[in-house]
Amino acid sequence: MSVIVQEPQTEQVNQLVVNDFNINVATANGSGSQTSNNMLIRSLYKMGIPVTGKNLFPSNIQGLPTWFNIRLSKDGFLARRERIEVMICMNGATVAEDMESVESGGIVLYDDALPIANHRKDVHYFPMPVKNLVKAANVPYNLQRYIANMVYVGVAAHLLEIEMDEIKQALTWNFGGKTKPIEMNWSMVTAAYDWAKENLTNDQPYRVGRMTGFNEGTLLVDGNTAGALGAVFSGFTFAAWYPITPSSSMAEGMISYAAQVRRDPETKQATYAIIQAEDELAAIGMVLGAGWAGARAMTATSGPGISLMAEYVGYGYFAEIPAVIWNIQRMGPSTGLPTRTSQGDILASYFLGHGDGRHPVLLPADPTECFEMAGAAFDLAERLQTPVFVLSDLDIGMNLWITKEFEYPEKPLDRGKVLDAKELTKFKDAHGGQRWGRYLDVDGDGIAYRTLPGTDNPAAAYFTRGTGHTEYATYSERPDVWEGNMQRLAHKFETARALVPAPIVDEVEGAKIGIISMGSNHPAIIEARARLRDEEIETSYLRVRALPINGDVRAFVEKYDKIYVIENNRDGQLCEILLVDLHDLGYKLVSVAKCDGMPLSARWITEQVTK
Amino acid sequence: MTATPTRTPAARTPKLNLIGLEKTEYKGGVSTLCNGCGHDSISARIINAAWEMGLKQHEVVKFSGIGCSSKTPAYFLGMSHGFNSLHGRMPSVATGALVANHRLIGIGVSGDGDTASIGIGQFKHLVRRNVPMVYIVENNGVYGLTKGQFSATADQGQKLKYAGTNPYMPLDICIEALAANATFVARSFAGDAKQLEALLKAAIAHKGLAVLDVISPCVTFNNHDESTKSYAFGKEHETPLHDLSFVPSYEQIEIDDYDDETEVQLHDGSWLVLKKLDAAYDPTDKHLAYRTLEDARKQQKLITGIFYIEPETPSFLDILQMTDTPLARLDESRTRPSRQALATLMAEL
Repeated sequence: MSVIVQEPQTEQVNQLVVNDFNINVATANGSGSQTSNNMLIRSLYKMGIPVTGKNLFPSNIQGLPTWFNIRLSKDGFLARRERIEVMICMNGATVAEDMESVESGGIVLYDDALPIANHRKDVHYFPMPVKNLVKAANVPYNLQRYIANMVYVGVAAHLLEIEMDEIKQALTWNFGGKTKPIEMNWSMVTAAYDWAKENLTNDQPYRVGRMTGFNEGTLLVDGNTAGALGAVFSGFTFAAWYPITPSSSMAEGMISYAAQVRRDPETKQATYAIIQAEDELAAIGMVLGAGWAGARAMTATSGPGISLMAEYVGYGYFAEIPAVIWNIQRMGPSTGLPTRTSQGDILASYFLGHGDGRHPVLLPADPTECFEMAGAAFDLAERLQTPVFVLSDLDIGMNLWITKEFEYPEKPLDRGKVLDAKELTKFKDAHGGQRWGRYLDVDGDGIAYRTLPGTDNPAAAYFTRGTGHTEYATYSERPDVWEGNMQRLAHKFETARALVPAPIVDEVEGAKIGIISMGSNHPAIIEARARLRDEEIETSYLRVRALPINGDVRAFVEKYDKIYVIENNRDGQLCEILLVDLHDLGYKLVSVAKCDGMPLSARWITEQVTK
Repeated sequence: MTATPTRTPAARTPKLNLIGLEKTEYKGGVSTLCNGCGHDSISARIINAAWEMGLKQHEVVKFSGIGCSSKTPAYFLGMSHGFNSLHGRMPSVATGALVANHRLIGIGVSGDGDTASIGIGQFKHLVRRNVPMVYIVENNGVYGLTKGQFSATADQGQKLKYAGTNPYMPLDICIEALAANATFVARSFAGDAKQLEALLKAAIAHKGLAVLDVISPCVTFNNHDESTKSYAFGKEHETPLHDLSFVPSYEQIEIDDYDDETEVQLHDGSWLVLKKLDAAYDPTDKHLAYRTLEDARKQQKLITGIFYIEPETPSFLDILQMTDTPLARLDESRTRPSRQALATLMAEL
């Protein structure tokens, strides 16, 4: 029986809302709700429905409120959407607030043991007898709290008409085929489903329905998993890391995948090493040591880790050592909001270190690009002999995205300019009589040749240092030597412009407005542009995929009257970086920036452009 | 009298080592340290040890942090790659490089500031991981490059020209190493050529992390008599090194003919007392090592020799179970799994 406080408006019920609403699940952290939420979103995904899941979790192990927001969009819009039509309340601490958050005409499923102060008149309430159903399920006491979350899966499945078969398969997948937990959870889901079928009148309008045309050729995956796979399939041989939210799952993904596909099947010997360091300073030190010695080396961290790595990143820039640094951005400054997303480390990463220096930064927009850029970052780092950043964020890294299936990388690994013992012997002849020097630019691209420790040639050794050095790697404090070296490094950075991933541009005939953005904002930009088009405002869009920018960005900015630079931070950091290169066009750039810890929404972007 | 070594090479024909090289080929650049610096003696001992052991220089990698001591890898083994890293952060770089290429022989040189102050964290973790390399601390109890501040190994009550009197208790590098489960802990003295060379050889041969705390007086900034780093003493030499199995068989280890206690006068006229380890000293007894070091500290004596050795503990590289080909040398066919492997993993998502 549904508790209908207001007489249902029959017209509404007749107008079903199919595959186009938001479900928000409010639970307590550590209560096992993640499994339930994943069952919901996976079932919907497998039914072919475009979905996106945003896990809003606290910096806490157990007890604090957490929300899981599932957006269904028949039109394929996958950005975060603020409005909530289906609210599932399992947490007494937030239930009042949660019930208030529902749109008028929405529905609330709630644990009937929760203290409900007052019912709104404009929503439908469905109490769920969680306690009784769990009791009836007869599961061990210590599992009751976890299994309780399966109740809302069953009730929601009935009300929204989620295919039970898909839930069963999602459970099977989740528990890796282990019969016991599958059966236990499944029996709870079915009991709740049966109870709902028996006792609730489904007089609410929200429904799901199988569809095609969107999810084919895609995966439902988070960016950290994708980046981990990307690294494992692009020849990484060394990783050092220190646990930090929201990056840890990337290193853990690598540990798991590498163990499966990067060990000799017979000897079990590994073609890689992954080291949990004592801190981020040590992690980057290990990465530089390994990169210097010839490994494809990387680390994954987040803002506070980046701060700690500053000194070694400057060293890597100056001594010219390849390294890949994944920064899964969270909200800073300081400890900030450790479990909330941000694009606030762009300036810090681009310019990290004291003295002059900057670093290539890659900006993946979804898990597929995380996969691809894992390899691109290694190629760039080894080609340019310098630290390269990949700036993902918590939204991409830890949330589930529908994303294009990963393509097997065909391009051979680019290991850069490394001389072996034989090549070193021939170097002089090959370069017009010029003797090899570790920091000598013979090709005119600012990139010198390096040798690896262990190279059996008496001329191979050189002394790597963070102090002033000549083209032959000897110590020098001479002004002209210092400046010459720094100018070469600047020239090398110019070389990087043509090597980093180019921006992706979508130009619309007749558009006067340009949008520039990056990374995880992409789905919200797509949706905002559609909304603007509905209002007859055409926009062109350039998505920056790497720093330094190339000429495409200038050409784009020149073409449009007004360019909105949209980003998820307070200061408009991408806009500030663009101004460095495009200062003469600065009058066209409008910084549109927001930092509240949440992924940007299309509604907010649309408002900024139209106001 | 100084303890500076006087190993005279044969004057006549050039003397060649096991792999047919002269000792001069193991030299590095010209030192820029102060005249008479203990660190230069240590470099000379490294050169000699490497030459005598017939090390192939391209298989050796040198690491250091920042400070006077950390400059020295530029002054020995000129045909080895070197990495002069950041202050206190050499252990991480060395760890990465040695994991990337497990065939390399790592020699790290650090100082007391670099190891016991800014770098104590990385030092202890390097020790804890048992990364196979030689870790030399050229310990003088003072910051030389920044002109005479106390380091964390400076004795309590020690006086320095500019820094005044040190009110704090020192850290003892060997005790710190033991507490971090080091598998090789030794102390020597820059002026004791014979012992230092024997220890260096043993350290190079050790398959784990070898901590060598070498008291290396600072002729410019730490010349007060009351400093154990400038000249005090205590040397107990030692459980005879040639009794330990890791010493290469071709190497003759001579036992210095010190009596129970010897005093050595150094550059600035102060004294170092060198006390022998008891003949019955068992370097595999960790409790004994702690006690010996603690007693030495209390008595302000400089005891040298191998305090502790545990050759059986697996090294970091053993634990990582890596392929025989060094990671740095693996080609793409071994580091990029198959198309099928990707398809399988994607299907599991």
